[in-house]
Amino acid sequence: MILEVDGVEFQYKSKEVLKNIKFELKRNEILSILGPNGVGKTTLLKCMNAILKPKRGTVLIEDEDVLKLEQIEIARRLGYVPQRCEPARLTAFDAILLGRMPHIKWNITTEDVMIVEDTIKKLSLEDMALRYIDEMSGGELQKIGIARAIAQNPKLLLLDEPTSSLDLKNQLEILDTVREVVRKENVSAIMTMHDLNLAFRYSDKFLFLKNGTIFAAGSMEDITPDIIREVYGVPVTIENYQDISVVIPV
Amino acid sequence: MKKAVKGEKMVKMLNKSTGNEGDISRQYKEHTSRKYTYILSGLVLLFVMLIFSISIGSVDIPPMEVVQTLTGHTVSVRWDSIIWNIRLPQVLTAIVAGAGLAVSGVVMQSILRNPLGSPFTLGISNAAAFGAAFAVMVLGTGSTHSTVGDAVVISNPYTTTVVAFAFALAVTAIILAFSRFRGVTPEVMILVGVAMGSLFSAGTMFLQYFADDVQLASMVFWTFGDVSRASWSELALITGITLCTVIYFLLERWKYNAIDAGDETAKGLGVNVEKVRLRGMMCASLVTAIIVAFLGVIGFVGLICPHMARRIIGDDHRFLIIGSMIMGSLLLLCADTAARVLIDPYQLPVAVLTSFLGAPTFIYLILGGRRI
Repeated sequence: MILEVDGVEFQYKSKEVLKNIKFELKRNEILSILGPNGVGKTTLLKCMNAILKPKRGTVLIEDEDVLKLEQIEIARRLGYVPQRCEPARLTAFDAILLGRMPHIKWNITTEDVMIVEDTIKKLSLEDMALRYIDEMSGGELQKIGIARAIAQNPKLLLLDEPTSSLDLKNQLEILDTVREVVRKENVSAIMTMHDLNLAFRYSDKFLFLKNGTIFAAGSMEDITPDIIREVYGVPVTIENYQDISVVIPV
Repeated sequence: MKKAVKGEKMVKMLNKSTGNEGDISRQYKEHTSRKYTYILSGLVLLFVMLIFSISIGSVDIPPMEVVQTLTGHTVSVRWDSIIWNIRLPQVLTAIVAGAGLAVSGVVMQSILRNPLGSPFTLGISNAAAFGAAFAVMVLGTGSTHSTVGDAVVISNPYTTTVVAFAFALAVTAIILAFSRFRGVTPEVMILVGVAMGSLFSAGTMFLQYFADDVQLASMVFWTFGDVSRASWSELALITGITLCTVIYFLLERWKYNAIDAGDETAKGLGVNVEKVRLRGMMCASLVTAIIVAFLGVIGFVGLICPHMARRIIGDDHRFLIIGSMIMGSLLLLCADTAARVLIDPYQLPVAVLTSFLGAPTFIYLILGGRRI
């Protein structure tokens, strides 16, 4: 197991947001965290790398408790891609180079530059390497965000709604990129998702949250229309189209 | 958009011409080496301006003679005295104060994620000015005179600075508290700054009301910033604090880049955003406080210069911090030189000129042209 989460609880002021969250993830797997708005998907993701401090519980990455590490040590193990990457007057290369920050002591080394170049090639971003990111589209910015997280050389990627506000083509491109990275780079990924069909298409494991706890978890064969109806309050059917599971509200 | 297409073309062209592994790194290194060239050019320009600025005034001294005097060769005793006692401290003060105000501005803009941030627009300069005036008038850390040249003599620079810093910090704390509220736009933050600025201007006026004639005349000291006031010892103190702060800012340069990418990205990269923000604002306020305490309020340098530098060098703080400092030094030096010769033999306070320059730029920035 690359990740073992046990008994994670999070409280915002006096309101309990997450209760007794427990799950595991293997290497080279993609897990989607699913559930209605405000259920705590993003909160859970941020608890993984201690952007938010859980009240109790453990998050083990290769048997090491992340929550007991310094923030910079966590950044060496987990790459985080927020919902929105802010543009600045930086080239894509500079923006991706930022991913080396947790490893940089005073200045960048040739190795850092080479890692960034490799990342750019892996993600086929060569054409935009020296373009300024404040002139890029939402989809391109998202790719830069993912590239930055990969340049961090993490063991686990955390992506907060990576496809929100993207068009269909960009949604597929981004998730193809994530899947390719997970397969080739020997890492795992956790994404929070709203689109069930995209989640089914690209993830190996699923975690359904309801009222701050895990309502159901498992791989595709464990997911039933009843689970989705219970979680979202919408009756659905799950059909299979060319080996892809598709959720259709009925 | 044009630039993007041009950049793309350039990358493609370079790819075609070589096609070896490491191409992107090489192109990137070429790209960054251009920024070093800009910085070097800026420094050369600054040096030329320094010589030019020393050479002109009510007594013109040829540039070559200025260089000779500066390298320790006495050309004329009179020129020696003018250069070492009057012009050089003034010119160096302009360079250091310009750099200090610009670096404070660039850091404030980054850590508050607000392109309109600067010591002046956030009201920190006015608070520091009030603090310094308060220290001199009420706590007696200096004496006031009726002569225009030496209206205020600060006998205890440390206490004056500390009091100015304390008031600057108070406003900083308020600005930071506001920045924590979600949905506070850059404009709202500036309005808070305007309110703070007005409050402390009112405070200074309150002091004026109880001041005698001599004190009243000297109060103008802090209203119109002027770089001709600093003595060598005051210049040394301003330089020391500015230098220490700049070193600290340079150590934090990656963190400022990370915060530019958004708080969450920065946290994901291991940056303790709150700590960086608090320390950065404190250091920027300290530099502002010491400059304002000894020279008075010099508006807009901290706002405009970072934007001018961004235009040339981009947002990367590895280059932007130094670039903004050079730009600040250049602007204040040019403004001070102009202030000296415009209505010769009289000398305008440099703040009058920076405000003439800054006010329209500020309005332009507010109206949406954030990148000037």
